[in-house]
Amino acid sequence: MIRINCPYCGERDHSEFSYGGDATINYPSLDASEKEWTEAIFFRKNIKGFQFETWHHSNGCRMWLVVERSTVTHEIKSVKPCHPDLQKVVENNK
Amino acid sequence: MITRRLDNYGKINRDKILSFRWDKKIYKGFEGDTLASALLANNIGIVGRSFKYHRPRGIFSSGVEESGGLVTIGSKDRRDPNVRATTQELYNGLEASGQNAFPNVNFDLAGINNFLGRFFAAGFYYKTFMGIPPFEWGKGTAIWMFFEKFIRKAAGMGSASGLPDPDSYEHAHDFCDLMVVGSGPSGVAAAIEAAEKKLDVILVEQDSLIGGDQLAENNFDNSQIKKQLENLGIKIMTRTTAFGLYDNCVVGLLERVTDHIAAPDVNIPRQRFWTIRAKHIIVGAGAIERHIAFNNNDIPGVMTVNASKHYLNRYGVLTGKKIVIATNNDSVYETAQQLSEAGANVTVIDSRTNFKIETNKNYEIRKGYVPYNINGSKKINSLDISKSENINKSETINCDQVLLSGGWSPAVHLLSHRGVRPKWDYHNACFLPSDTKENITMIGSSRGLWNKNDCIASGIAGTTDALNRLGISKTNYFFPKPGGWKNPIQPLYEVKYKKSRSKSFVDYQHDVTSDDVRLAHREGFISVEHLKRYTTLGMANDQGKMGNIIGLSLMAELLNKEIPEVGTTVFRPPYTPVSIGALSGRNVGKHFRPLRVTPMHQWHIDHGAKMIEVGLYQRPWYYPKENETLSDSYIREATTVRKTVGICDVTSLGKISIQGPDSNEFLNRIYSNGFSKLQVGKARYGIMLRDDGIVMDDGTSWRLAENEYFMTTSTGEAAKVMSWLEELLQTRWTDLKVNVTSVSEQWAGVSVAGPKSREVLNNCVDDSLVITNNNLPFMGIASTFLKGNIPCRIARISFSGELAFEVYVKSDFANTMMDLLWKNTKKYNGCLYGLEALGALRVEKGHVTAAELDGRVTIDDAGLSKMASMKKSYIGSAMRKRGVLKNNDREILVGFFPTNLKETFNAGTIVCEKNNIKGQGIGRITSVTYSPELRHWIGLGFVKGGLDKWKDTTLVGADPVRNKQMNLRVVSPHMIDPKGERMYA
Repeated sequence: MIRINCPYCGERDHSEFSYGGDATINYPSLDASEKEWTEAIFFRKNIKGFQFETWHHSNGCRMWLVVERSTVTHEIKSVKPCHPDLQKVVENNK
Repeated sequence: MITRRLDNYGKINRDKILSFRWDKKIYKGFEGDTLASALLANNIGIVGRSFKYHRPRGIFSSGVEESGGLVTIGSKDRRDPNVRATTQELYNGLEASGQNAFPNVNFDLAGINNFLGRFFAAGFYYKTFMGIPPFEWGKGTAIWMFFEKFIRKAAGMGSASGLPDPDSYEHAHDFCDLMVVGSGPSGVAAAIEAAEKKLDVILVEQDSLIGGDQLAENNFDNSQIKKQLENLGIKIMTRTTAFGLYDNCVVGLLERVTDHIAAPDVNIPRQRFWTIRAKHIIVGAGAIERHIAFNNNDIPGVMTVNASKHYLNRYGVLTGKKIVIATNNDSVYETAQQLSEAGANVTVIDSRTNFKIETNKNYEIRKGYVPYNINGSKKINSLDISKSENINKSETINCDQVLLSGGWSPAVHLLSHRGVRPKWDYHNACFLPSDTKENITMIGSSRGLWNKNDCIASGIAGTTDALNRLGISKTNYFFPKPGGWKNPIQPLYEVKYKKSRSKSFVDYQHDVTSDDVRLAHREGFISVEHLKRYTTLGMANDQGKMGNIIGLSLMAELLNKEIPEVGTTVFRPPYTPVSIGALSGRNVGKHFRPLRVTPMHQWHIDHGAKMIEVGLYQRPWYYPKENETLSDSYIREATTVRKTVGICDVTSLGKISIQGPDSNEFLNRIYSNGFSKLQVGKARYGIMLRDDGIVMDDGTSWRLAENEYFMTTSTGEAAKVMSWLEELLQTRWTDLKVNVTSVSEQWAGVSVAGPKSREVLNNCVDDSLVITNNNLPFMGIASTFLKGNIPCRIARISFSGELAFEVYVKSDFANTMMDLLWKNTKKYNGCLYGLEALGALRVEKGHVTAAELDGRVTIDDAGLSKMASMKKSYIGSAMRKRGVLKNNDREILVGFFPTNLKETFNAGTIVCEKNNIKGQGIGRITSVTYSPELRHWIGLGFVKGGLDKWKDTTLVGADPVRNKQMNLRVVSPHMIDPKGERMYA
């Protein structure tokens, strides 16, 4: 079982969370072309090693988090809130 | 084999005599016995029949690696098959029986399979699948279908009771700094060291007693150790197996709470399934003694050497009178000494010629000899031995027992669960654990240490390693080197039989012989993974604990390679079998999943509702009057709604409060239709698409105030929509000032529908002016009060197509609202209606629900193109225009009538063209109902090309599952009141 250290709740089982997806995608603007959207939602990297991904603490604080996780070992290097303003708050409170 | 209990040996409690039943006869044992030791004490040698050949099998070991003594315990609904007799503790009244034999293990009719061996060799199933030559008389599959039931009956182990499990099980959780697996000398040393350094320690032991292999020592007493561990505050869990290691130091444990108790308290679970979250794990799981493959090495009376030592010193059972020990290593000599002191006549044959052993010499040592063949069938008569350098029968030794030690395999299983491959150690002829970056440390003989002092030192080193890795200390430490015998082991895996047709077993439990391994090689299955699957080597419930290495060595020899080049098989959890009951814990029956009820649940039941599960929710299905059936009831309910009025619980809809200055912009982005001009006091139906342009959900949003909305979602998608909104706000549109909160549980909702609905509400609201047609037009909303000063929200929304209102109150007022509405509904001869009538009404109207919006449907497919704004961009607006979603052969929402209006049909029916009824057809029917209004069955569904293409063509509904077929007419999905005049009334 992966254990994720939620910045709000502390270390919890991954069964409390829902997996989101690639956290590095820059979604195009809503009026962007079909091509740009296709790139963003269908063409994804299949990374071996550490990747940034989103997890939703759906059975906890309901926050969306960026988790830096190895796809090989499940080792987790960092966990931060997705929202940049909240990232700053968490960083300042450390 | 002649086995007997000795008076002055063993740690069993002779004051406590236990009686047990074995194959219908009653025997006696003592407290502290296992079933195996008690059987041996009663001189019972044959305890089962083998998997394929039905050969008599005895007890091979004294622990979890047992591959012969598999028995069935208990009876009726408590019958537990394939229990290892070696780990089943004896209790008074235990019932056990042998398996895979008829009429019994001593005389088994299927024993004839032994002589049909060549039909049951490796790959038998696969070849049977392909067909038996000559191939003309049948394809493999047909043959398999024919023979399967016979083969399945003949080959196998015990059978399950087939009855519901009467026992209860429990899931439990715990945390610790250090988890120590195994209570042998190394594990105990590690635990003590850690506890002294103030770590919170859990020590698990699969046995009923702590001590590990020391329990096989003559004068071992664990009471001092136990006291010391307890005084240090270490949590000791006996009868508990660490069956698997998982990510981030999570350990799965199975605690057998009552399996050793004759009449357990019914309030105590039979087993507990523990999830332990540790910071570091130390594994001192020991090592497992291997056997040696040679002809007839499975005759009852064959056992591992160490097992015999266990039986002698722990249980006081001497396992033979005239014993031959066959070995290739030093580990057996202490046992040989003790067995001979206990009165057995012992001969050791050692494959090595040049080695020195210090002994009292009251037994014979034959250097340079290996076991060649056992004579006997149900018991051992004698052993043929061979010189090790020139394999052939050289002489015969009369004996009743043959003890084997082909070396020791460290139990690296738990580490293997983490994907860490062990490395081969030539010097010790075994796989040793590799290092891992994870917080797991292997100690004791599971890291290849053969003597006790080394094991203790490794335990202390293991804890130091843990402390260092946890950042608590920075202390130098070293582990003793693997090994520890005075003379090196000489690899010995198989002694080849010179005659053809040998039965030299590699895997006792699955009847895999060394010939099977050679057959696999001849047929090209040379990779370890292929070898395993082709021969089923190591796939029985012992998972090859004894035999895997022998199989690997045989393949290595055939390939002219070294063992590490051939590879290793990866052990997966569980280390020993885990019952399904323990896995499910309390999540069975009604508790299989959570149950959600609306606040008026009891109200519905009190008013005669039959309930149905929708997702997790219990919802009223229908409200039968007297003897009404479901169909009588829902047709009456739907008719009443159309004629007068009905009320229906819609609380299960998802409800989300959306607040903040950018709420309007937010809704405008997530809904496909325009929301920017929605006025305060109005609601709007909206459709959400996914990023890829497919419909996600539909619902309504009510503008309660400038910056506050109340959104409803479908019942099934409520959680998904909530997460989606949170994701958008927290990850994509982080500049929007919007807050979303789920209020699904806070509001109770009722739909009041039908031509008389306004009259009903007039009687229920404080101020009836609020709900006049002018003040509350279609899609209007009002925040007002029900009589009795109950605050409520009312929206004029219709799902049924009639004049209708949705009324929401805070959940606490749900029952009061129901009483009030129902009292007034009755005045207009109205009814309560359930989900079935709700479905009939919406199908008549052509409204889509989850049955239609199944994640494959676009807004155009659903006939809702008008809901897609051309003036703005929104989630999915770019992607809904991609080519594949614009093909003109897409399936479009339509209505279906049976051509013969008397016919019925079912959801799931496949729509086909006439004379072309096959495959997926050209469409499908997703929802059906009897239409009270039209007086015949109607359906909603999809067809390629839609109404325009098929309106004048008769299509065929094929329902192969129910063996039905009917002609269909395609109609508009809006089957009644297409202009919606009723809702605007």
